[in-house]
Amino acid sequence: MADTEGAAAPEHSHEGETRRDFLQLATGAFGAVGVAAVAWPFIQQMNPAADTLALATIEIDISKIEIGQAIKVKWRGKPVFIRHRTKAEIDAAKAVKAGDMIDPQDDSARVKKPEWLVLVGVCTHLGCIPLGTSRGETKGDFSGWFCPCHGSHYDTSGRIRKGPAPRNLEVPEYSFVSDTVVKIG
Amino acid sequence: MAQFQKPAWLDNSLVRWVDHRLPIFTFMSHELYEYPTPRNLNYWWNFGSLAGIVLVIMIVTGITLAMHYTPHTELAFDSVERIMRDVNYGWLIRYVHMNGGSAFFIVVYIHIFRGMYFGSYKSPREILWILGVVILLLMMATAFMGYVLPWGQMSFWGATVITNLFSAIPLVGDWVVTLLWGGFAVDNPTLNRFFSLHYLMPFVLVGVIVLHIWALHAHGSNNPVGIDTKGEQDVIPFHPYYTVKDMFGLGVFLILFAGFIFFAPNFFGEPDNYIPANSLSTPAHIVPEWYFLPFYAILRAVPANFIGEWTTAWMGFILIEAKLAGVLAMFGSIAVLFVLPWLDRSPVRSSRFRPMYKWFFWIFLIDCLVLGYIGAKPAEGIFIMIGRVATAWYFLHFIAVIPLLAKFEKTKELPKSISEPVLGSGGGGATGASAKPMEKA
Repeated sequence: MADTEGAAAPEHSHEGETRRDFLQLATGAFGAVGVAAVAWPFIQQMNPAADTLALATIEIDISKIEIGQAIKVKWRGKPVFIRHRTKAEIDAAKAVKAGDMIDPQDDSARVKKPEWLVLVGVCTHLGCIPLGTSRGETKGDFSGWFCPCHGSHYDTSGRIRKGPAPRNLEVPEYSFVSDTVVKIG
Repeated sequence: MAQFQKPAWLDNSLVRWVDHRLPIFTFMSHELYEYPTPRNLNYWWNFGSLAGIVLVIMIVTGITLAMHYTPHTELAFDSVERIMRDVNYGWLIRYVHMNGGSAFFIVVYIHIFRGMYFGSYKSPREILWILGVVILLLMMATAFMGYVLPWGQMSFWGATVITNLFSAIPLVGDWVVTLLWGGFAVDNPTLNRFFSLHYLMPFVLVGVIVLHIWALHAHGSNNPVGIDTKGEQDVIPFHPYYTVKDMFGLGVFLILFAGFIFFAPNFFGEPDNYIPANSLSTPAHIVPEWYFLPFYAILRAVPANFIGEWTTAWMGFILIEAKLAGVLAMFGSIAVLFVLPWLDRSPVRSSRFRPMYKWFFWIFLIDCLVLGYIGAKPAEGIFIMIGRVATAWYFLHFIAVIPLLAKFEKTKELPKSISEPVLGSGGGGATGASAKPMEKA
């Protein structure tokens, strides 16, 4: 369009062109900002809503979990394993050498109190829930957990030792509110 | 003088490659860059494209709301409240959708009255007009079902009243109503089907709008003078001239629209709809949304013992009862629009050259506003009488005034062409004072 303008009125062409270019750029930029401002709420509405976030923290009473026992609780729609480890399990977890692990990590880095192991119960391979929490379930070759989907074996610290999973079971953000209550999230 | 030329980007090799296989760019060029539009369109011609944009806003916000809404009688109200309080920007998206409904009707009503004032429904645009009335009906059905979804008191009782209208149908009325409800009252099955259809209808609307625009582009826009374009001096390309004008109008519209959304979001709403639906307690005063008020007034205007007794005496048995008469009047008030092109046989389109029709147009517009006012008032005292007179005038306007004017009105002389009053040498011989050449073209 600027071309035809220039051809029709050569004496104004230079001035007219820069002004029109400026106006078009300014309009375009203004429009782009507007579109972004409108798009933002529509993208943001897909994120967790306030009530969903309000449920993101839970408190668990762990006083009833005997040594050697584990429970499964739901947190943010996913299972969390809480295991009251035996002395033998703690020792086994501490004794593993880094070279034997796929994702080397010290047991002490994965627990706040050695007898309590808290893990997100989702296999790091493709998201299945590993067996080994409830009584009678197979615990795999390393006495921790075993994922039935593709055969990942986790040890008594929830670390991946064998199978296709790339990383150790995730440790969620948690804290001890008291000796018997754990707050997750 | 305006240039009608294909845009430069049509020569781009990628564009040409695609266009050779799917001529979408040729189509765009033809309908935007080469599409001739009367050069004298005023701002009343903004409202068609504006309505289209509002529909897009409604579809985008509606699809978003559906991601958070639950169509169940026990969950619907709370899910809407959750949208308002918890969902990120849910309040904004819902208020845009809520006020968008009202904005859609404002824009479309202006669009319709513009068509009536300038005679846009006349040959060869009858089908264009009829498709427009179909769009209006679809919009009304969509809006009605959408209003039921929040499951507040007005939602529930509005749905009850409107679906009960169908019980007026002779013989099969009750059967039809049960079929609509999917039960024996407005309940969960009703809510479910309304949600399903409320989601579907906008896309049906889009389809009819495509036909509407197709019909429009067959002969091009009517214009304020109401005479056909007679050559290149009467037209300018749609793009950029009217795209830019439409964008400006859109800007003004959006400022007003944002004003309502942010400063008076419940201006068009009823407070009662923030009370959860209660099937055991009817609100004291049921009113439909404002855009249905004129039709609601017509529904209530038919006297309870007028046509009923009259037909009883005549036919010996009740063929029409008052309820049915009211329903027929209400649907008739829209049905009459379908035949408007054939009721108005005046060859002159624009009111500018119809000194009498122009007055009756304004009287009709006021009549519609009066009906809207009456629709919001309780049916008692003076309001009943005003409602009846206004309803009678509504129909008289179409079945008596318009045909008679077409026959007896003395219309003013039409200009020779659109450009002639401006340029002075439009099509053929110039006449009178209007032949003066103007400085600005």
